Amino acid sequence: MEAAETPASVRTIRKGRLTRTRLARDLRRNLTAYVFLLPWLAGFFGLTLGPMLASLFLSFTKFDLLSDPRWVGTRNYLALLQDERWWNSVRVTFTYVGLEVPLKLAFALAVATLLNQGLRAMPLYRAVYYIPSLLGGSVAVAILWRQVFGQDGVVNTILHLLGVAHPPIWIVDPNYALYTLVLLGVWQFGSPMVIFLAGLRQIPRELYEAAVVDGAGRFQRFLRITLPLLTPLVFFNMVLQLISSFHAFTPAFIISNGTGGPVDRTLFYTLYLYQRGFASLRMGYASAMAWVLLVFVALFTGLAFATQRYWVFYQDRQG
Amino acid sequence: MMARLRLNRAAAHALLIGGALLMAYPLIWMAVSSFRPPFELGDPSLSVHRPTLANFAQGWTALGPPFLRFFLNSTLLCALAVAGNLFSCTLAAFAFARLRFALRRLWFALMLGTILLPFHVTIVPQYVLFHQLGWINTLLPLVVPKFLAVDAFFVFLLVQFIRTVPRELDEAAEIDGCGSFRLFYLIILPLVVPALATTAVFTFIWTWNDFFAQLLYLNGIDSFTVPVALRAFLDTTGVQQPGQLFAMSVLALVPTFGFFLAFQRLLLEGISTTGLRG
Repeated sequence: MEAAETPASVRTIRKGRLTRTRLARDLRRNLTAYVFLLPWLAGFFGLTLGPMLASLFLSFTKFDLLSDPRWVGTRNYLALLQDERWWNSVRVTFTYVGLEVPLKLAFALAVATLLNQGLRAMPLYRAVYYIPSLLGGSVAVAILWRQVFGQDGVVNTILHLLGVAHPPIWIVDPNYALYTLVLLGVWQFGSPMVIFLAGLRQIPRELYEAAVVDGAGRFQRFLRITLPLLTPLVFFNMVLQLISSFHAFTPAFIISNGTGGPVDRTLFYTLYLYQRGFASLRMGYASAMAWVLLVFVALFTGLAFATQRYWVFYQDRQG
Repeated sequence: MMARLRLNRAAAHALLIGGALLMAYPLIWMAVSSFRPPFELGDPSLSVHRPTLANFAQGWTALGPPFLRFFLNSTLLCALAVAGNLFSCTLAAFAFARLRFALRRLWFALMLGTILLPFHVTIVPQYVLFHQLGWINTLLPLVVPKFLAVDAFFVFLLVQFIRTVPRELDEAAEIDGCGSFRLFYLIILPLVVPALATTAVFTFIWTWNDFFAQLLYLNGIDSFTVPVALRAFLDTTGVQQPGQLFAMSVLALVPTFGFFLAFQRLLLEGISTTGLRG
């Protein structure tokens, strides 16, 4: 049986050839994949990671676009803490996020539950409730809101007809201006609603039937079956809405003419950042603001993810 | 029991109809009001005594160049944005979903991370970059990022869709001597057409509605898109001519609304399956 016994030298040569062809194949496979990935990689390095690091650097400088950035250390960050308008913009944004997100989710869930009763007209209702969330972020709708809640706006005309003699001018009254924007945000509850609706339709009917047999009322069923099974979607919607709510810009800009007024009551964080960076060309300062915003958003989403295991119920992880 | 059920149904319908009217009222009112003569504008009713097209006719040229110019700019921008996203996001998504390569998990995690990233941390250096390239007042700063898959959300969406295509198809194609590129455009792309359509429609609508970036990069009137033009209108004569402002705003909403009517199922399913925000 000598033929079976290949000499050691031949074996290594074959092995070498084998690894070489495998190497070539690996290389080709990687090369192909990276060709597919090339646009994304260029975007990631050129338009995301690079600019991110650049803005981190700029946040430690004084920079006005016209002359070279000058290193100022942590001065921008310290200035933020001394800046009344910055603190105010943080307060305004947090008030907005704190009101808009929970209200929006509550409406989305409530209407989705109402819609999920096998009504024949469901698609029609769904469309009507959904449309505002498609149109609502536009300049055109912000212009509409300005008129509806403005001096001789529709809301006040109706209030006059109802006998209210001196209703506030909602968009210029410091006590109400921010809430008109919250309302505009909540009006757009359609997209989380559609997500809830899809989730509701996946809950097995048998669960409810069993609960009815056990004598559970409507409210009990919602609390013990619907809500726990929907928590993954509540979580998902919450994270999405948190992020988009922190980004809100257009309505505040249009309704206040870019000022954030009345008396800075609608000066959203993003609006103040725009004013500093692109109206006053204080780009170092604006970069510092952007990094603080990043920290806020990261903290909030981090918090949401960290508390997830206490209240989000994933069926596939159970038992 | 049956009677109670019917009553419940009736109550649910009443509630839903009331809610729907309330939700739709501002939009319908706006559309109706754009046909009102100026002195009737504050009228909260949904009927017009003397309907007129004057608002449209006068608003159309109120800024100097007719609104047609801004509509064309917006349309061109949206078309390029759609093309860019379809091109770059499908390529990246195919790589992530189907190909094996070094550092795949790292890149994928970074790609997901950029979805959550507030764009403000990149906006200043991006502006400086585009400024230095001389791209201010052109569509390039708004379009080039789309060709580089900066809207990572769509990459993720497409990855999820491509994953639903059975892998046996890849293997069969490979046995037939199909390379990765042919696998991509002959097998995978035709099977994820619904996802491509979702990407296209959402890219169109979001780009049509976007304001911040367009405000930043477009400041000569000839390069204005519709949102920027509306804002300029509001700043100049729009306050004195709310009827005209309304008429132009209504026109600005028509394309989004039309897209919704045409692609309703696609949009609603896109949201249901992936959680796209509207």
